[in-house]
Amino acid sequence: MASKVTMRIQRFDPAVDKEPHDQDFEIELPAGITILKALNKVRAEKDPTLALRYSCGSAICGSCALKVNGHARLACKTQVSDCTIDGVMRVGPIGNLKILRDLVVDMDPFLESLGKVKPYLEAGNGSVPELERTQRPEEFLQIDPSTTCILCAACYSDCNVLAVDENFFGPATLAKAHRFIFDSRDVDTPERMRAISAKTGVWDCTHCGECSTRCPTETKPLERIEEIRTKAMADGFHGNAGARHALGFRETVGKRGILDENYLPARSMGFFNIPGLLSLVPIGLRMMMRGKNPPLIPHKIDKVDEVKKTFARFEELRK
Amino acid sequence: MIEVTRHDIVIVGGGAAGLRAAIAACEVDPAASIALVSKVYPMRSHTVSAEGGAAAVARDDDNFEMHGYDTVKGSDFLGDQDVIKYFVEQAPRELTLLEHWGCPWSRNEDGTVATRAFGGMSTKRTWYATDKVGFHMLHALFQHSLRFDNIVRYDEHFATKLLVDGGVVRGVAALDVRTGVVRVVLGRAVIMATGGAGKIFPFTTNGNIKTGDGMALAYRAGVALKDMEFVQYHPTGLPGTGILITEATRGEGGYVINSEGERFLATRDYGVGTKAELGPRDMISRAIIQEIEAGRGFSGPYGEYVHLDLRHLGEEKIVARLPMVREISKIYIGVDPVHEPIPIRPVVHYMMGGIDTDITTATSLPGLYAAGEVASASLNGSNRLGSNSLTECLVFGASAGRNAMAFAKGSSEGSEDALRREGEEEAARIVALRGKQKGGEKLSRIRSDLHQTMESGCGVYRMQETMDETARTVAQLRGRYADIALEDSSTVFNTELIAALEMGNMLDVAEAVANSAASRNESRGAHTRRDAPNRDDQNFLYHTLCHFDPAGPRLGKKDVTLGHWEPEERKY
Repeated sequence: MASKVTMRIQRFDPAVDKEPHDQDFEIELPAGITILKALNKVRAEKDPTLALRYSCGSAICGSCALKVNGHARLACKTQVSDCTIDGVMRVGPIGNLKILRDLVVDMDPFLESLGKVKPYLEAGNGSVPELERTQRPEEFLQIDPSTTCILCAACYSDCNVLAVDENFFGPATLAKAHRFIFDSRDVDTPERMRAISAKTGVWDCTHCGECSTRCPTETKPLERIEEIRTKAMADGFHGNAGARHALGFRETVGKRGILDENYLPARSMGFFNIPGLLSLVPIGLRMMMRGKNPPLIPHKIDKVDEVKKTFARFEELRK
Repeated sequence: MIEVTRHDIVIVGGGAAGLRAAIAACEVDPAASIALVSKVYPMRSHTVSAEGGAAAVARDDDNFEMHGYDTVKGSDFLGDQDVIKYFVEQAPRELTLLEHWGCPWSRNEDGTVATRAFGGMSTKRTWYATDKVGFHMLHALFQHSLRFDNIVRYDEHFATKLLVDGGVVRGVAALDVRTGVVRVVLGRAVIMATGGAGKIFPFTTNGNIKTGDGMALAYRAGVALKDMEFVQYHPTGLPGTGILITEATRGEGGYVINSEGERFLATRDYGVGTKAELGPRDMISRAIIQEIEAGRGFSGPYGEYVHLDLRHLGEEKIVARLPMVREISKIYIGVDPVHEPIPIRPVVHYMMGGIDTDITTATSLPGLYAAGEVASASLNGSNRLGSNSLTECLVFGASAGRNAMAFAKGSSEGSEDALRREGEEEAARIVALRGKQKGGEKLSRIRSDLHQTMESGCGVYRMQETMDETARTVAQLRGRYADIALEDSSTVFNTELIAALEMGNMLDVAEAVANSAASRNESRGAHTRRDAPNRDDQNFLYHTLCHFDPAGPRLGKKDVTLGHWEPEERKY
C-alpha cells in the first residue's frame, strides 16, 4: 500500500550555502521500501542534484550510512515505515565528520583513525606463505563479531566522545584493534595491547553505548572495547589513568561499599603524577564554588561486610 | 592548468583484483610508486558483495586436473585451456596467501581450512568465510594494502579515459569526485580492474557502481571486448531487488522447489543429471525459467519465481554457515529461511566477457593490462563456475601487478605535453557535460529504455530477431544520449554527472553485448537461443571479438586454445 511521506532532507551546497538547511520532499512511497530506495526516488522524480553515496544495496558495502531522525542508520537496511513519525522522516548526513555536500561527508578522518591501530595482521617472520596455518573454530569465535565491521562509520557518527575529543580512536577503530588483538594468528598482541592502553586508547570510551546501538552489523564496538579492557587488566597493563580508575573503583567500593570521590581522581591520575594532579585543581575548585564537592571524610554504609563478601566471592570466581 | 602526477604504474579499480595487483607490484619493487585510482573507497568495491566462496584445490581427494576439467566443462569448452591450467595451479597459493593476510577462512574442527560444495565442481573445493567471502577477502586485501606506503590511493576518482601516446598507454584522466577537478595520473603501465557491468540490465545482483567503466575505456582506446554475449544469470536472486542469495545455499544442501512442491532439478531432465541443485548456473537458470513458463512457478508482486528451501538444513547450520542469507532474507523479503522457503528467480550476475587479454593479462594495447571481471582472459568461456571468480581476481590480479611492473621497467614515459593535452581535452568534455542544459533527453529515460531492451534481447533465452532489435535500439540510444540535458552544475560530488558518464560507458558495453550475441548462431553456456538450441563446434568454437568503431561495432574472431581436454557434449 502506497503512502505519502514527507522526506525532510538536509541539504548543503558548499558553493552557495553557509549552513546546511532542510528541504521537504513530499513523495508517494510503496510499502516495504528502504530509505535508500526512497532517496533514489526523490532523485529520479524530484531533484537529481541530491548527493549521496551508495552501492551494494544489501548492507555489506557500508557506503550509505546516514542520520535518520537524528541517529545513524544504513539507508539500504532501514525501512521508511520504521522511521516515519506523523508522516515525516528526517534524513541528514552522519555526524562527527565534515559535510562535503548534502548527505556526503569527508570519510578521510574516519579511515585515517584506523591507522592508529595497525589495522592489518602481523603473521610473523616465521610465516611461510605457501603453508596454511590452523585456527580452530573456537579461536575464530573470538574475532567473529569484530570481523563483521563494514566500516560504515555509523558508530563514529554517533560517538559522544568523538564529539568532544577528536583524538579519540573511535569505536570502529577500537573494534578493528580487537579484531587483531584476539586473532590467534597474530603475533603482535602484546605490542598492540601496550599501544592501545596508552593515552586516548581504549580507556577514553565513556560506555554510553551509542556505537553498539547504531552498529548495523554484529561488530557492536562497546562490547569489543570491554573485551579489550578486560584483557588489558588481566595482562597487567595498569600504567594509565583508565586502568587505574578501574582499579581504584574496585578498591574503594570493595573496601567501603561506596565510591570515594576524593580518592578516585587522584588514584586514576597517579599519586606521584604532580602535573596530572594539579590539572585536577581547577575542576575541583569549580566544584567547590558550586558546592558539589564530596565530603572530605566519606560517610560509612551499613553492612560493609556484605559488600566485602561479594567482592571476595567475585575474586574467587574470577580465578 | 591540469594537475599531472607520475607513478610507476596506475591501477584503476580498488576491488579484489586491483588491490591484489597493487600488492603484487609492491612485492616486485617496494620502492615503486603505485597509483590506485578508484571510483569509490576500496572497501566499497563490489567484491564486497560476493558471498559463497573462492575455489582452489585443497583436499586430498582433489587435484588440478579435476579443477581444470570442471572449469573447462563449465565453460562449455570455450575456456582457453592454457589459461585454465595456469589458474588452477596458482589458485591454492593465492588463497593461502590471503590467509596470511588475515582472511578469516572458515575452519574444520582441527583448524584446517574448510571447503564446501559448489555448482559444477566435482568435489568440495570452495573455500569460504561464512557466507561473506567477498567481504572478508576484500577487507583482508584492503587491510594488507595499508602496510604499503608506496600505494598512492586516489579514492573517489572516476577514471574516464585512457591516455595513449605513441601507441602505448601512459596513464588515465580521472575526475576527482569531491572537487570536480580532472587529473592526469601517469604511469608507464595501466591495469584495469574495474569489475563488471551488470547495471546495463534492470534486474541484477550488481551494485550501483557496476557500469562497465573499464571495459568501455579499453573499448574506446581500441582494445577488443571478447565474448561479451555471455552474461551469467545467477539462478537465485531475490525478486524485486535482485539481491543475491548465494549458491552456497545449494552447496550446503538447499533444494529448489516449484509450486507443486517438486524438486524439479532432481526429478526432471534439465541436463544436470544427479548433480541436481549442484549443477552449473546456466543450466539451473534455464530450468527455473522453463518451470515458470510451464506454469509451475509462484507469482507475487515482483513477478514469477520459485522457492529455495533451506528448512531441512536446520537453524544451527543456517546460522553457522549462511548468516548473511538469513539476514538478507529477513530484511529484504520478510522471510526467515529457518521457517520458510525463500522466493528466488534468475538474475543478471556476471559478465564472462570483458577486455580481451592473453594468459599474462596483457591486452593488444602495449602497457594496458586487465584482471578480474573487467577482463576476459578466457578462464570462464561461456559460463563461469561459481567460486572461480574470486580466485580469478587474485590469480590474475597478482599476475597483472607483476607483468605491468615488468613492462613499466622497460617503457619510457611518453610525451608529457601530449598527455597533458589529452587530459585537458577530456577535462573540457567533462566540464561541457556537467550541468549541460541544452538537450531534449533525460538520463532516466535512456536508462529505462536500455534496461528494457537488454532484458528483452539478451535475457536467459534469446532469438535472432530480438537480439538484432536490441542492437538497433542500443545504437539509437547512443544518439539520444548525445542529446541529454542535466540539472546539476556543482563541482562537488556531482552524482548526476557521474551517472551521465557511467551511462556513456554502459551504452558502449551494451553495444558489445548485443552485437556479439546477435552474431553467435548457436547455444553455448549462458548464450541460449531458442532458434539455435544446440552447440555448434564446427562453426562457432571461437571467441567473439568486438572492436569499437564510430560507425558501429566491428566483430572478429579469436581461436580457442585447446589441446588438453577434448571438447565433448556437456552433460552432468
